[in-house]
Amino acid sequence: MDGFPILSLMMAVPMAGAIACLFAGAGQARWIALLATLADLVLGIVLWINFDQSASAPQWQFQEYAPIFGRFAWALGIDGIALMLIALTVFLMPICIGASWQAIEKRVGEYMAAFLFMEVLMIGVFTAQDLYLFYIMFEAGLIPMYLIIGIWGGADRIYASYKFFLYTLLGSVLMLIAMMWMVHEAGTTEIPALMAYNFDPHIQIWLWLAFFASFAVKMPMWPVHTWLPDAHVQAPTAGSVILAGVLLKMGGYGFIRFSLPMFPEASAQLAPLVWGLSMVAVVYTSLVALVQSDMKKLIAYSSVAHMAIVTLGLFAFNQAGLEGSMMVMLGHGLVSGALFLCVGVIYDRLHTREIARYGGLAINMPKYAVLFLLFTMAAVGLPGTSNFVGEFLSLMGVYQVSTWAALVGTSGIILGAAYMLYLYRRICYGEQKNADAAAMPDLSVREVALLAPIAAVVLWMGVYPESFLAPMRPAIHALEARLASAAPAGDSRIAMGAPKPAGDGIHEHAAAHGEAHR
Amino acid sequence: MIDMASLLAVLPELILTVGGLILLLTAAFGGEGTARVVNWLSVIALALAGVALCCSLEHGPDAFGGLVRADAFSVFAKALIYGAAAAAILLAPRFFAVGHAVRPEYPVLILFAAVGMGMMVSAGDMLTLYVGLEMNSLASYVLASFMRQDERSSEAGLKYFVLGSLASGILLYGTALLYGFTGSTAFDGISLALADGVSKGELFGLVFVLAGLAFKISAVPFHMWTPDVYEGAPTPVTTFFASAPKVAAVALTVRVAIEALGPAGLDWQQIVIFVALASIIFGAVAAIGQTNIKRLMAYSSINNVGFALIGLAAGTPAGVAATMSYMAIYVLMTIGSFACILQMRDAQGNPVETIASLAGLSQSRKGLSAAFAIFMFSMAGIPPLFGFWAKFLVFDAAVAANLAALAAIGIAASVIGAYYYLKIIKTIYFDEPAAAYEARGGAVENVILTACAVVIVLGYLLNPVLDKASAAAAASLF
Repeated sequence: MDGFPILSLMMAVPMAGAIACLFAGAGQARWIALLATLADLVLGIVLWINFDQSASAPQWQFQEYAPIFGRFAWALGIDGIALMLIALTVFLMPICIGASWQAIEKRVGEYMAAFLFMEVLMIGVFTAQDLYLFYIMFEAGLIPMYLIIGIWGGADRIYASYKFFLYTLLGSVLMLIAMMWMVHEAGTTEIPALMAYNFDPHIQIWLWLAFFASFAVKMPMWPVHTWLPDAHVQAPTAGSVILAGVLLKMGGYGFIRFSLPMFPEASAQLAPLVWGLSMVAVVYTSLVALVQSDMKKLIAYSSVAHMAIVTLGLFAFNQAGLEGSMMVMLGHGLVSGALFLCVGVIYDRLHTREIARYGGLAINMPKYAVLFLLFTMAAVGLPGTSNFVGEFLSLMGVYQVSTWAALVGTSGIILGAAYMLYLYRRICYGEQKNADAAAMPDLSVREVALLAPIAAVVLWMGVYPESFLAPMRPAIHALEARLASAAPAGDSRIAMGAPKPAGDGIHEHAAAHGEAHR
Repeated sequence: MIDMASLLAVLPELILTVGGLILLLTAAFGGEGTARVVNWLSVIALALAGVALCCSLEHGPDAFGGLVRADAFSVFAKALIYGAAAAAILLAPRFFAVGHAVRPEYPVLILFAAVGMGMMVSAGDMLTLYVGLEMNSLASYVLASFMRQDERSSEAGLKYFVLGSLASGILLYGTALLYGFTGSTAFDGISLALADGVSKGELFGLVFVLAGLAFKISAVPFHMWTPDVYEGAPTPVTTFFASAPKVAAVALTVRVAIEALGPAGLDWQQIVIFVALASIIFGAVAAIGQTNIKRLMAYSSINNVGFALIGLAAGTPAGVAATMSYMAIYVLMTIGSFACILQMRDAQGNPVETIASLAGLSQSRKGLSAAFAIFMFSMAGIPPLFGFWAKFLVFDAAVAANLAALAAIGIAASVIGAYYYLKIIKTIYFDEPAAAYEARGGAVENVILTACAVVIVLGYLLNPVLDKASAAAAASLF
């Protein structure tokens, strides 16, 4: 694969498809989009196979460099972290196209073009090795998503599309100023060079906060998460899938690629802030999810709670936490995507997302009930499914630095079980209250073909996570080494107390007790 | 005795003046029937002047004993001005044909305005500056009221004239003060006199000069004329006002600030910072409630001038280069946007100006809608469109000059601006269709539109050229 620009090709294929879709009729556009995304999936598999996973491999592979833009360059390259997220992207895209096959009836060409353009930008975000190129890809994603929500969304789509756009834009622009400052300071726009540059710790705080403004909104973290439920509820099914599956991961990717390695000292100092926000998010959004009557909103809030576990793990500063966060991101990308598809399946039949309008679907839609159950269990974090691995690892990681954060974070798993099982019970079990819901046909072949691959990967990731962890390990090792000097001291390390002779007063005993806890 | 070198330095102006006079005579004797020919001939005159720009650089910057400068900076600005003027001429006939006002005077007036603008950007003396400015302004006043039977057009012309004269007066007063306290009207002389500290009188002069210039670039708080004039003037004239004179005035302001008032940098920097932020914020907020697209574009131009001035506020060569690049990209976006606006014609071919009439345009006119969306996203500064790069450059210059706080406030305010651009896209793409427009646009309009849209989308490939040209332009001022 030496010298072959596979990353550029992976962007060129959907780009060409997008342009073709603009000029094609509805039927053709569907096929063009499907073929383009499938071609990208194949390229993604080729990429994975050719990725050198050995410990001696260079961290950055498949690098391309073309200084054609004056102040910044077309610089691409991936490490294991980016590879996994690219794999997630190209895997979900054909499924999104398939999910829109019948649901989208008007302006099909433009719709498919928007999705393919989105794919270009997502791959661009994960492959960019130039700071400004990254920013351009990161921001440009707003345009297709704004159009997808606004044109093909639900009743309240205009409000949701504005909110999505302006929220994320406001978050990002401050990051741009910070990027400019960094480039002037370090004299380079190359991300690998910047990851190794040591910024002044006092300035780091400001830079970190500017990046945080962007990634926290994108992630989204409490309290700037409110755009997400609106966007999810109004977006068409495939839009929700891509939003939850990949776009949210850009926030986590931003933390792991920029905030942590570029500003390790600031990250350590401000880690309590992240923990605090994440702890609130886990509990608060889980409780909010519990009382939702709209299925999509419920899953949207659960996404916020899951992303909070990601941020907890990222700011654990150790390998377990970082690997766990990546696994939660991958797992959540699949599972939430699948859940949105499950919602889409019944929405397409009954055109309502009201939970109370369904019930007893296990009777008339057994195949659906099985798959939905699998994804529900995966969302809960049942061992053997993808999310268990990630959640376990990240909570284990965070336990080493903050037992409180781990405690509260774990409660989120329990609450997660509560709202997911409650959702499942109301939809699939019980009696068939509504005649129209009871008359719904089971999954079609197309729908099975969309959900089954995700189910397979969810189980694969749960049973043998090593296939996904191995490519990421060198990159995460490097990151851990970079963070080692700044990592905050944990509160759960066992400290050996000095033995005291028996018979000492109660006073000394209390002091020794305190010692052990320090 | 006039030397050849000086004449060669102003060759573009000579071509335009002589060409303009000949065409004026043609128009006077040939009557309205010559309109079409005069139109094309004026575009050719502008093209010839553009070619002449290349040789005007050869004989060193100073001409006529320093009254006129033909340097890389003026060449850069003039290239933009001539291009924008040509576009304004080409876009006009279809619009005027509806009102039966196709007259050969329109392109001739634009040629004379271009002469004035050329003098503005290559002025080396306050008096050259003033003459150039007035020459441009007088042509502009007439252009604003070009549709003389139309009440709004006459009103726009009158308003523009009254407020424009006031601004000229202020500028002249500032010039007089500067002359009185520094003893010179030449930029070099003023700069020399300011170098040993800025006296009270000089400060007054500086403030008055900047106030007069702020009026010409329609920066807050001297912007009040803009929305009315933009709305009232015939749309092709608005296209012209929003592009060429804007470039000329901004370039002129940059030149005066750097060349003449350079030593007083700290004094004008605070003024420029205030004017820039006020323009950005006011332009963005006031645009939100607009229902007329031309009025909206007026506020948008106020907003854009604010961003361009951020580069000047940095006061560095990089900042000046950024401002000039900003204007280049701004001109492209503006011409493109107005080429779209000019196509807003109802089924009978009459021009419409309400934003509401754009509703659902994407269902009937796909190409036009896409172009409109591209220009609006670009104006909002959303990557990967070229408008982002314009904003990027000025903010980058500000950050490099340790004005990170200014950059942060400015860029945060740009999000407010994004809202109203999004509103147009929302109207076009998300709303239910309103009454359909004319089925297809004019050929010339479409060519200009497509050209602008292509550059806006693929503009990043031009970055190396733009960087080099704007850096050369900026270097000639320092």
